[in-house]
Amino acid sequence: MKQILILALLTLLSGLNSHAQDASLLVQKVKAKLEKVNDYEATGEMKTNVSFMKVPAAQVKVYFKKPGKIKIKNEKGISLVPKGTVSISLSNLLSGQYQALDGGTDNVNGVAVKVVKLLPLDENGEVVLSKLYIDEKNLLILKAKTTTRESGTNELEMSYGKFAAYALPDKIVFTFNTQDYKLPKGVTFDYDDGSRKKTEATAKESQRGKIEITYSTYLINKGISDDIFK
Amino acid sequence: MWQLLQIELFKIFRKPRTYISFGAIAAMVLIVQVALKFDGQSYIEFLLGSLKDTLDIPYNTILNGYFVCFVILNLLLIHIPLLIALVAGDEIAGEANMGTLRLLVSKPVSRIQLMLSKFAATVIYTALLLAWMAFLSLVLSIILFGTNDLIVARSNALEVISRNDIMWRYLAAFAYATVALTTVASLAFLLSVFADNSIGPIVSTISIVIVFTILSELQIPLYDRTVKPYLFTSHMLGWKGFFYLKTDAEGISIPGTIENLPAVLKSMAILLTYICLFTGSAMFIFKRKDILS
Repeated sequence: MKQILILALLTLLSGLNSHAQDASLLVQKVKAKLEKVNDYEATGEMKTNVSFMKVPAAQVKVYFKKPGKIKIKNEKGISLVPKGTVSISLSNLLSGQYQALDGGTDNVNGVAVKVVKLLPLDENGEVVLSKLYIDEKNLLILKAKTTTRESGTNELEMSYGKFAAYALPDKIVFTFNTQDYKLPKGVTFDYDDGSRKKTEATAKESQRGKIEITYSTYLINKGISDDIFK
Repeated sequence: MWQLLQIELFKIFRKPRTYISFGAIAAMVLIVQVALKFDGQSYIEFLLGSLKDTLDIPYNTILNGYFVCFVILNLLLIHIPLLIALVAGDEIAGEANMGTLRLLVSKPVSRIQLMLSKFAATVIYTALLLAWMAFLSLVLSIILFGTNDLIVARSNALEVISRNDIMWRYLAAFAYATVALTTVASLAFLLSVFADNSIGPIVSTISIVIVFTILSELQIPLYDRTVKPYLFTSHMLGWKGFFYLKTDAEGISIPGTIENLPAVLKSMAILLTYICLFTGSAMFIFKRKDILS
């Protein structure tokens, strides 16, 4: 009886280990695909949807350079970008030391995906846990959820098209936590046009912000100066 | 009528006190500009509150000429009525004080014509004062700080307006502010009819504006529904309505739009009604007044 129990335990452990190895292997494959890109300069349209912010759609440039530099620039105006945007680079998500764990399967926008949990080995790092939803067939990350120590959980959803070969998305939707915004009326001297109550109600609805970038062009591996990231 | 207007304008611009207003505006605008030039980031940090913990704030680009102009207008348009009252309150009472009113009404012009020319001169003074303010706060700020998108802080929201969607809003806002300040001018003009020296109407106008402004800004439901909608000071802030944008279903602001244009137009109509009421009353009373001074 004791031998049977030990055998069952060993089988279970080896099964778990093999799942972890599968997850790790899958992440390695995705990472290898992402590493084909050393740098890129992308242009696109950014839409910001935060309950207390009214921002027009803006033309932005997104710069990326290995090992983990990323910058969103609105050269014709002002864009207030959330601090966690470093997560919009998948290379940054997969950099560093972590343990990959199998999280089962799921479905993202009708595509069957493998869920992989990444546990960072550095216990003091900002990222506590990342959850990747990977399209195994095309080796593309369709969704990533990252839990951080200070900024809560943010979520990144991607759809691919022309640049799927480089694992670069055509569109990303980045959802993040926001804080409430309030200023004394004695400071702003607001004009009460009757729409105030409606705005307040909307503000209470959500403490989550969303940024959507639809890319139109990518210049890949053409070299980018470090000055851009300063 | 044109000759009368010229005479009234000459009288206004002959007095040194008229230029106090222009000097005061120049001083106030320059003080704000210098302060923002050297420590604008602190002011933006204050306006954005804890957002700097969540968002990357591009302080250098936020601090531009359009933003500085909005800050100046926000601070000064509450105080400018005092400078308007200084001249408008003196229009009739000043003549009475100097003993020239009786002489004036004995001239071969009707009292209505006289009052109209005096009021028109006051309106021109108000418009010139605002033009001076627009030059200093907008043109000079653009020269000193450059241009970029405009961020407008409301008590519970932030508006970001594209730089190519701003100038027409300022023109509309200054036009609206002219109407708003003319309302104050017409009130001082009306009070001026009752007094024999200009101190009374000037102080009374300032007092009314202060009390009404406090009532307008108090967040007490009892006043919100009963008193505030009828106070002209509640509608004087309508110029800001040009800087509030409509949003689409996704919460993205739509360039070229105004969040609540009917409300802004209604506020303007209320101010115009007050102008007609104050000026009409002043003329009605002056026409029947027994002038002894």
